[in-house]
Amino acid sequence: MLLCGLCMKQNNMADEIKTFKVTIDNITIDVAPGTTILNAARKIGGDVTPPAMCYYSKLEGSGGKCRTCLVEVAAGSTADPRPMPKLVASCRTTVMDGMVVKNMTSEKVTDARNGVVEFLLINHPLDCPICDQAGECHLQDLGYEHGKEGTRYKFARRTFVKEDIGPYIQLHMTRCILCYRCTYVADQITDKRIHGVVDRGDHAAISTYISKAISNDFSGNMIDVCPVGALTDKTFRFKNRVWFTKPVDAHRNCENPKCCGKATLWLRGDEVFRVTARKDEWGEVQSFDGKTGWICNTCRFDKKKTSDWTIDGLTTISRHSVIGTNKYKTLTVPEETVQKVMHGLNPKLIMDIHSVSEVNNQDIHLSNLNRPAQAADFSKSGQHASVSRETNPGVKQLKDEK
Amino acid sequence: MQALTNRISQVSRKPMSLWERLYLPAIFKGMMITFSHIFKKKPTINYPEKKRPFSPVFRGLQILNRDEEGRENCTACGLCAVACPAEAITMEAAERQPGEEHLYREEKYAAKYEINMLRCIFCGLCEEACPKDAIYLSETFTPADYQRKQFIYNKSELLIPHPKENPEEYKKALGNRPVKAEVK
Repeated sequence: MLLCGLCMKQNNMADEIKTFKVTIDNITIDVAPGTTILNAARKIGGDVTPPAMCYYSKLEGSGGKCRTCLVEVAAGSTADPRPMPKLVASCRTTVMDGMVVKNMTSEKVTDARNGVVEFLLINHPLDCPICDQAGECHLQDLGYEHGKEGTRYKFARRTFVKEDIGPYIQLHMTRCILCYRCTYVADQITDKRIHGVVDRGDHAAISTYISKAISNDFSGNMIDVCPVGALTDKTFRFKNRVWFTKPVDAHRNCENPKCCGKATLWLRGDEVFRVTARKDEWGEVQSFDGKTGWICNTCRFDKKKTSDWTIDGLTTISRHSVIGTNKYKTLTVPEETVQKVMHGLNPKLIMDIHSVSEVNNQDIHLSNLNRPAQAADFSKSGQHASVSRETNPGVKQLKDEK
Repeated sequence: MQALTNRISQVSRKPMSLWERLYLPAIFKGMMITFSHIFKKKPTINYPEKKRPFSPVFRGLQILNRDEEGRENCTACGLCAVACPAEAITMEAAERQPGEEHLYREEKYAAKYEINMLRCIFCGLCEEACPKDAIYLSETFTPADYQRKQFIYNKSELLIPHPKENPEEYKKALGNRPVKAEVK
């Protein structure tokens, strides 16, 4: 079959640019020879596309590790219409002319994918409430669509000694699914790779050689490619949940020629809590003019002021994403009309929430912190007219009741 | 005009009979009804001294739970805040420092946690959303107050008493609820 494929390829080259007809879930599409089934399915889009945890179209050599993109090939090609005996990884299998692929229409695929998800979740901790990736995690989405409610695993989950890999990136090895994307980023985007996967099998872990800090430029892109919460932004750590922040597209003229300067800012009010690269519909870093929009570490970790950036507009969020619950529909603040109507008089507030509430204090700027917040960072609110709770008769009564 | 319902009844306009005009018999009739109520079962209770038991599904004031060692369950995951239809819940998360393991159960905790009781509608969705069994609605009312600012409840009001330092009050606050099994 391989030989036959080679012959066809040569024939194709002799002809003009020939395309292969491939049918995925009863939808036929013409693609260039050498396209993988996954990329052909992505051209169709929607539910036809198999999910991918390790494959990343912008990283050369990625894919073939997680097995979530398994599909059934019902007919190999027009020349040899026999079905493939086993499910194949769609990110690694190239299409043939007349190939018939079944993804969501195949029960075998759904069943196998459920199994793969269960395996991925065997050692993955269920710490989504603490994890900063929650809300934009591909494994969370995958588990939501394919996972079981409970676990059948009775043994202790794999744990690791915590390792500090530098001031910018937080490593949570327990959450890692070993997709190898971050190592590809380090190989292909940064100047030098300092980290890799050490040990084998169950013990395999992302690590640096003798706890070296990963600080070379462009290493922050590891955070963006990580499909789970294994690599997260330390400067954003625990600052806010993703779905409470306001994502806006912004750009700046970065001095670094390799940096594209186009990013998504995750704001609270006017404070930049986090900077990430812009993502496309597959959760991958967007391409601009054929070049992948990686951003440098300066843009990502050091430009935490709105004045550093030119804001282009609100980021479009998929309506299936929980991030949409932030309810930001527009960037324009509605005009205050009370003064106009009341001939210049200010509205009399019954209660100014900022004078009572200790949350979202206007005097505390979390974006200035380069580390996760601590309790002491919030107690600086001494200037607040704090309400003496003990004098409140109602609360006293309540405490007696308890 | 045609009546909209069949429950209509005409007001009688006929003049009163002699018996009705006598006035006193009707007074005695009314007094008898009042008197008979003395021997009937009282539907009311003397509220502050006596209290009725709450229904097991009663949804009262929120309580932030601790585990049996007294560590706070809340990890500031924000699910209660996102589930809250009245947007009453706000919080600020912080990282647990070494040496604070006896205070907080997970590496992240809520440094500030506030419920605006002016907004809260006691729907119980926060309790339902909580993955850590950290918040639940207790069997108490929110007490009335003269000032609005007293209704912004923070952690000092919401946290359950410490189970080891204050076991009796902890049990009282826990109520008779069956404890939710946590997904692990």
